[in-house]
Amino acid sequence: MIKITYVEHNGREHTVGVPQGGTLMEGARDNGIPGIEADCGGACSCATCHAYIDSAWIEKLPAKQPMEADMLDFAYEPDATRSRLTCQVRVTEALNGLVLHMPERQA
Amino acid sequence: MAGIVIIGAGQAGASVAAKARVLGFSGQVTIIGDEPVAPYQRPPLSKGYLIGETNFERLLLRSPSFWSENGIDLKLGAPASAIDRFAKTVRCCDETVRYDQLVLATGSSPRRLPAQVGGQLGGVYTFRTVADANAMTAEFSPGRKLLIVGGGYIGLEAAALGAKLGLDVTLIEMAPRILQRVAAPATSDFFRALHAEHGVTILENIGLGRLIGEGRVSRALLSDGTELEVDFVIVGIGIAPRTQLASEAGLVIDNGVATDAFGRTSDPSIWAAGECASFRHGGSRIRLESVGHAIDHGELVARNIAGAAVRYKAQPWFWSDQYNAKLQIAGLNVGHDRFVVREGEGPSQSVWYYRGPQLLALDAMNDSRSYMVGKRIIETGQTILPEFVSDTSKDVKSLLSLATTITETFAA
Ligand SMILES: Cc1cc2nc3c(=O)[nH]c(=O)nc-3n(C[C@H](O)[C@H](O)[C@H](O)COP(=O)(O)OP(=O)(O)OC[C@H]3O[C@@H](n4cnc5c(N)ncnc54)[C@H](O)[C@@H]3O)c2cc1C
Ligand code: FES
Repeated sequence: MIKITYVEHNGREHTVGVPQGGTLMEGARDNGIPGIEADCGGACSCATCHAYIDSAWIEKLPAKQPMEADMLDFAYEPDATRSRLTCQVRVTEALNGLVLHMPERQA
Repeated sequence: MAGIVIIGAGQAGASVAAKARVLGFSGQVTIIGDEPVAPYQRPPLSKGYLIGETNFERLLLRSPSFWSENGIDLKLGAPASAIDRFAKTVRCCDETVRYDQLVLATGSSPRRLPAQVGGQLGGVYTFRTVADANAMTAEFSPGRKLLIVGGGYIGLEAAALGAKLGLDVTLIEMAPRILQRVAAPATSDFFRALHAEHGVTILENIGLGRLIGEGRVSRALLSDGTELEVDFVIVGIGIAPRTQLASEAGLVIDNGVATDAFGRTSDPSIWAAGECASFRHGGSRIRLESVGHAIDHGELVARNIAGAAVRYKAQPWFWSDQYNAKLQIAGLNVGHDRFVVREGEGPSQSVWYYRGPQLLALDAMNDSRSYMVGKRIIETGQTILPEFVSDTSKDVKSLLSLATTITETFAA
């Protein structure tokens, strides 16, 4: 299990274990953490799983595919460097301890 | 306290229950589902799941512990068989479950081929549930001959999976073109070419005569007289809303379980959500077959049970994945009188549908930017001149600032 901390927009923190190979979105969904809606279930089709990755961790993430970048561009208040669609980020050993912040709302 | 009882443990039923808890409903919530598994996502079934690219646990809408942690009672594996509106009870196996508010979220069932044309033969499948997918997986081995009847999204997705695994795939469509019921010729052309590139044989204007075999299908006779050898068949000829319980209980049925703008049926204590429900939209009574609608409609019903009195405003969206291509649809193109195409870079394109000056919908193929722009214009009740759309010297994002509102509004 990889330790991930999800911070709700109101500041509430949830530190949970997410299985390797799962996605950051699945970690939130499977632990009932509010703030990520993930309407399309991870198909990179809805942009309702947007979150800001804590600056310290950005470098460690794999690069965005063009489709993710295109969808993110139209998410609610995207940040050019920190925003990701959490369904497109797979959890690996390198992300142990990662912190991410939920946006005020999705879409 | 009898609380809320939901019939149907699918996308809409799960959405009603979860939303009721988010809204602070503290009474009993029970979901009765005839499938033996907790609510899961159907879209991946005809995408990666069928060929083993993902496992069932990842399709679950919620973690297994979510339901008990939230005090939602799942009664799975047996159908609700009758509703007694006067006693306010639902019959489920040997049990009688009392309700204050009942929600029908029974979804749809796939249309089957009649037995006279071989629909009962072994090796003939429809595609709705994880059990359907599991029953088919062993058939998907390289070199086998797969016939798909029906050129809608599910048929096309199944064809793509077959081709990906090296099956010999033929798809027949009775109408003059694939996707005829749901999309413009430009969209059909895009997908026809995509499948041809991957070696799928698409035959349009050709129906099924009948399937032939001893116990199990081995040949198909087509409407033009040709005979094909087949190893198995997937039938994707549309779905019908599951209204039987509702109609036996005397509720009004009209292209689905008829609901008002609040999601309420003709009985004030009974609601319906998702695919099984019909509602008024632009002068006719429609049903929507998509995840987005099942979620939104389910949440609306939960809010209205809590007394919110909010009206449903459908904001349809849909997607389909075939090979490496992604289709995204926003809006509803029903009633369009023309469409314009915006060419993208590489194998990408978008098709924008209008009625008069009003943008109704768009299909975006490998073009998420156009999808997001079009979706926002539609959802904010605006429109955009077709000339701007087809002008690719304009960046698609700039269309947002060129969008306008038509004063003589079209009824939503
Ligand atoms: C293969 C496939 C691919 C799809 N792909 C997409 C896609 O890419 N994008 C998209 O937006 N949509 C897609 N859809 C459509 C989407 O999955 C449906 O629109 C959505 O699931 C509808 O939700 P629902 O809750 O209304 O119905 P369902 O999810 O079908 O749930 C209804 C449930 O009620 C149960 N039920 C019925 N009657 C009874 C009874 N009497 N007692 C107990 N239980 C009962 C049913 O067995 C079922 O489990 C796809 C559908 C399929 C089948
Ligand atoms: S869950 Fe839909 S884009 Fe991530």
